[in-house]
Amino acid sequence: MSDFESLVEAFGAVGGDQAILGRNDIAHLVVVGHKVLSSHSIDGLSVETQETCDGISVQVKVAERARITQPVHMCFGIVQSTGTQRIQMDVRLEKGAHAHFIAHCLFPEAKRIQHIMDAQIIVGMGAALHYEESHFHGPHGGIEVIPKAHVTVGKDGQYSSEFTLVTGLVGMLDIDYTVEAGENAVTELTTRVFGHRTDRIKIREAIILAGRNSRGLIKTRIALEHEASAEVTGITEGNAPGARGHVDCMEIVKDRAVAKAIPVVSVTSPLAKVTHEAAIGSVDKRQLETLMSHGLDSEEAVDLIVRGILK
Amino acid sequence: MELLKLRDLVFSAGNKVILDRFSLTVEACEIHALVGTNGSGKSTLAAMIMGCEGYAPASGDIIFDQRSLNDQKIHERARLGIAMAWQEPVRFEGLGVPEYLTLRDSSLDPAALLTAVGLEPSLYLHRQVDRSLSGGERRRIELASVLGLKPRLAILDEPDSGIDMLSTGDIIGVVKRFKDNGAAVLLITHQEEIARIADRASLMHRGRIICTGKPVPVTAWYREKKYLAWDGE
Repeated sequence: MSDFESLVEAFGAVGGDQAILGRNDIAHLVVVGHKVLSSHSIDGLSVETQETCDGISVQVKVAERARITQPVHMCFGIVQSTGTQRIQMDVRLEKGAHAHFIAHCLFPEAKRIQHIMDAQIIVGMGAALHYEESHFHGPHGGIEVIPKAHVTVGKDGQYSSEFTLVTGLVGMLDIDYTVEAGENAVTELTTRVFGHRTDRIKIREAIILAGRNSRGLIKTRIALEHEASAEVTGITEGNAPGARGHVDCMEIVKDRAVAKAIPVVSVTSPLAKVTHEAAIGSVDKRQLETLMSHGLDSEEAVDLIVRGILK
Repeated sequence: MELLKLRDLVFSAGNKVILDRFSLTVEACEIHALVGTNGSGKSTLAAMIMGCEGYAPASGDIIFDQRSLNDQKIHERARLGIAMAWQEPVRFEGLGVPEYLTLRDSSLDPAALLTAVGLEPSLYLHRQVDRSLSGGERRRIELASVLGLKPRLAILDEPDSGIDMLSTGDIIGVVKRFKDNGAAVLLITHQEEIARIADRASLMHRGRIICTGKPVPVTAWYREKKYLAWDGE
């Protein structure tokens, strides 16, 4: 089986629709290791790639006022058990452009793999980008995932992201995202991760509300079991009049897992307001008892609660 | 026929005695209203019957269908046919209303259950049992979920709490529906109008039942604060 076929098979195994990679009306990019195996641009959206000496560089550009109606699919991965993938990604949405990207990061056999992503994303004035990133790391947990992103959202722009890693082991995850929101810009970062065994999770997400009346929400949902650990830092700065931000972190721990949440909220404008809430601990007793009073045993009840927060 | 028999239950929180040799019997297929002032121990009793952690009696017996429940866990009691609609139901992020209503039986029709508690299904079938629901909506959904469990004994802890006064008739209809389905109901309430639909009522005071009888005289006793003159015997 070729690398392409292996990755596409892994894509299908985690619920992806393999047929979309053959459709002319849907843009896509398939990268295995440092090789681009398939790439397709459509009207209003261009995908360019360069293989560099130590990685791969990807530029995605969405033209002014282009409305990309179908989600753009990007598959990144390594199908062997060892290797490194280093990606430099530049995404630019011109004024008034709208797009929805779905990144599938697949490492089904990972035993000694490093996946490093460094993204620069610019969402222009009045543009909107929804970015989904789902990971599958397989059953071995031998992977380090280090995604970094710096996002700039222009006036009246919108940026939302959803990072999901709830199937298979995590390995080591070190997320570092910063979003800078301009005037009237709206941004929302959502992260859901389920850690098992000795998984180590470190998440740092920051929203800088730099423009007047900008809005930001950081929402993190973590479930941990066995000896897994997580440290979540959610930073929101309100630096302009009318800026409103909120950090919402929930971590559920079982067994000997360890969770830490560090919400950092600050304002430099007296007319800005940022708030935070963090709930860390075992499953809520009242939730557990309510489900058990419906006849679920404690294990079924915990499973349902955890699945709910990661949904 | 006795379905639930509570015998000489004792429960304290710190130095405060909440239940003081508390005894009560609920017959099969009867609606039994339990009235009493705030802090008289009604919700503690409900949690104790359901088997919630921290609410085990220091002494006394909880007998359900001639079987002692004292060592049974919550889900075991639920599987015997005891269900409870909580006074302040919790919220669940990521749990859909239809999923919640069919936790034990996927063949149930969530729309029919919502209709039974006065909610328009199209407005709730796509919602989650989370903070987006108002207190009154959440309470009705809790009642619907308990209705779907088809319990033999439904403990309804202030089912009217947080529900607008225009909807009292809906709540009365739901309580009666439990009985129509063959269930006994232990109905904890402060509302005389709701208590009066019961077959019997008991007035709880200082951790004990001080009178049991037809709902009208018992609730009148309660309204007129005659329990204040009770001397403990």
